[in-house]
Amino acid sequence: MKAAQVIMDTGTHAAALAVKSARVDVIPGYPITPQTSIMEAIAGMVENGELNARFIPVEGEHSVLAAAVAASAAGARVFTATSANGLLYMHEVLHMASGGRLPVVMCNVNRGVFAPWTLWADHQDSFAQRDTGWIQYHCSSNQEVFNTILQAFRVAEQINIPVMVNFDGFAISHCLMPLTLPPQEDIDRFLPPHKPEWRLDPANPSSFSNVTMAAEYATFRQLLSDDIMASIPMVKQAAQEYKEITGMWDGDTIDTYRLEDAEVVAFAVNSMAAELRLSIDMLREQGIKAGLLRPRLYLPFPTEDIISALPKNAQVMVLDRNYNYGHPGGILASELKSVLYGRRNDITVKNRVMGIGGIDLTRRFMASEIRAMMDE
Amino acid sequence: MATSIKKLPDIEQVLSGNGACGGCPATMALRIVGKALGPNAIMLLTPSCSVASMGMTPKLGYNWPCINITFASAGSSASGITHAVEIMKEKDRLQGELPTVFSWVGDGGTYDIGFQALSAAAERNDNMIHFCYNNEAYSNTGVQRSGATPRGTFTTTTPTGKRQPKKNMPLLMLEHNIPYVATATVAYPGDLYDKVVKAKNIQGMKYIEILAPCYLGWQFDMPETVQMSRMAVRSGAWLLWEAENGKINFNNPSSQIISGKKEAEPVDEYVMKQGRFNRLLKGPDAAQRIAEIQGDIDREIAFMRERAKITI
Repeated sequence: MKAAQVIMDTGTHAAALAVKSARVDVIPGYPITPQTSIMEAIAGMVENGELNARFIPVEGEHSVLAAAVAASAAGARVFTATSANGLLYMHEVLHMASGGRLPVVMCNVNRGVFAPWTLWADHQDSFAQRDTGWIQYHCSSNQEVFNTILQAFRVAEQINIPVMVNFDGFAISHCLMPLTLPPQEDIDRFLPPHKPEWRLDPANPSSFSNVTMAAEYATFRQLLSDDIMASIPMVKQAAQEYKEITGMWDGDTIDTYRLEDAEVVAFAVNSMAAELRLSIDMLREQGIKAGLLRPRLYLPFPTEDIISALPKNAQVMVLDRNYNYGHPGGILASELKSVLYGRRNDITVKNRVMGIGGIDLTRRFMASEIRAMMDE
Repeated sequence: MATSIKKLPDIEQVLSGNGACGGCPATMALRIVGKALGPNAIMLLTPSCSVASMGMTPKLGYNWPCINITFASAGSSASGITHAVEIMKEKDRLQGELPTVFSWVGDGGTYDIGFQALSAAAERNDNMIHFCYNNEAYSNTGVQRSGATPRGTFTTTTPTGKRQPKKNMPLLMLEHNIPYVATATVAYPGDLYDKVVKAKNIQGMKYIEILAPCYLGWQFDMPETVQMSRMAVRSGAWLLWEAENGKINFNNPSSQIISGKKEAEPVDEYVMKQGRFNRLLKGPDAAQRIAEIQGDIDREIAFMRERAKITI
């Protein structure tokens, strides 16, 4: 039995290596900062024969996802990646992917959206796709990006819902970190070949996404809504089995740190949540019982796991790297409050928006923000 | 000589009982396309009349696996499917012969919103046939102008007649250096059939545009679809040609118009038979407007005659 290999690698290259390990068939791609290096790496792997797949260099992100969903409907395992305005440009096709029940997996390397231009990370892009019917993971390390892409294929193909794997531009995408690569036979055991129940097959002519009457349309929508909720046990099972096979664990629907006895709980996603572990340690040294709850899954929102994980009477400090325009504060806070209402009246929720357009979020800054929020 | 209509295969891929209008040229054309392609094919459709007429879920009036896709993306989605079936075949996950991947798209989905993705698919020379059934307007949404609408046409968004000529989309596709481009129309079914058979056996991007006179949008009598199609060709308003590897050849009767053996019929009769033109020709500038329509046709004939001489 082969041993795992440990290398130093960037987040984008870790994503490309996961795509290779997943034995993906078709990858449509288009460049956009900071995602571009995923596509460059995949194009190279296909060109030199490392990955037996088709890379389709299309002319824009709308076409990226239009090619991806169609290839998926034909029965292929499909991956792609984008960022920011590329994701916004795909918006219409995001709905087609979920409504069409096509298990595409896509990385979104989080970046603030135009206008004005910014190159750096915030979470407006992925959170703005909340209502498109995709499952959304948010990752806080290069290793988690690699692991999550493989888990995402498992979940997507199990329930026929597309999955978006989000991680921050630059802090994750362009930074070198240690990366453990499990042996290929272990990954093959975890992720068997894609065998879709249904595909575009001339031996079995059938129509796909054609006009429906209202009652059928409503049924399709209801099924999608039900199945997104039903994916939570699959997300947990995928994380658990991945751990059993590879020994690696990033949390399942949520990830926690020093949470059990916490009175003050930081609540955030992506790379800032990794940095927040250090802020929690600093606060603990100052005598504050602080902890971290990171939703690894943003959609479906892990309501039950959050409700059962939050310690009694905790103050939850939601650190949002996005705006919920028309509401005070950010989107995560709004989501959290809505699920706590009537279920956990002992919890206080406080909220700050920070790190917009890639403003650096250091452990000291976030620790001092949490302290200041305690006095509000 | 084109295959005689009597010699077309019996196979029917357009099944009886669908929602098309009587005399629908797109459905007639698709029937002939089906005879040429046979059942081993995958069909893509963007929003258009052929979607509206194929039947409501779960019914299907076309005997192929059919996927409805986003309006702008016939080119890219067909690329996705063609690459998917090819790689799955390479990996032994598909048995038998590779299916033909074809898009069946109106002029809006080709000339306008679908142009970018189609141009890119052509530049990549991905293996597919893109059919444009061109009824020279957005007929399915109630007849609005498109890039394929000729000058002088009444549509609901050009209530005093379109002021600009249509663009030459087949020629634009040819300038992508793709292996096969052809034009056709329903009055010449053998010509269309032969072109589809030819396209089916060529690797890479194939583009076939079919003029589809729509009685509703063009405002003529329902039984006159084929007659209108023939008049379009005889007047030179529609030229039948094909280009293999960039070399343009005109087909009968357009070849006789191009070579000068036969005069194109004056456009007057063709125009006056159609409500989309003649309702605008009651004013004092009628003669000038007919002259503009005739001028656009004469220019295209002259231009294509010269363009066909370039064989580099």
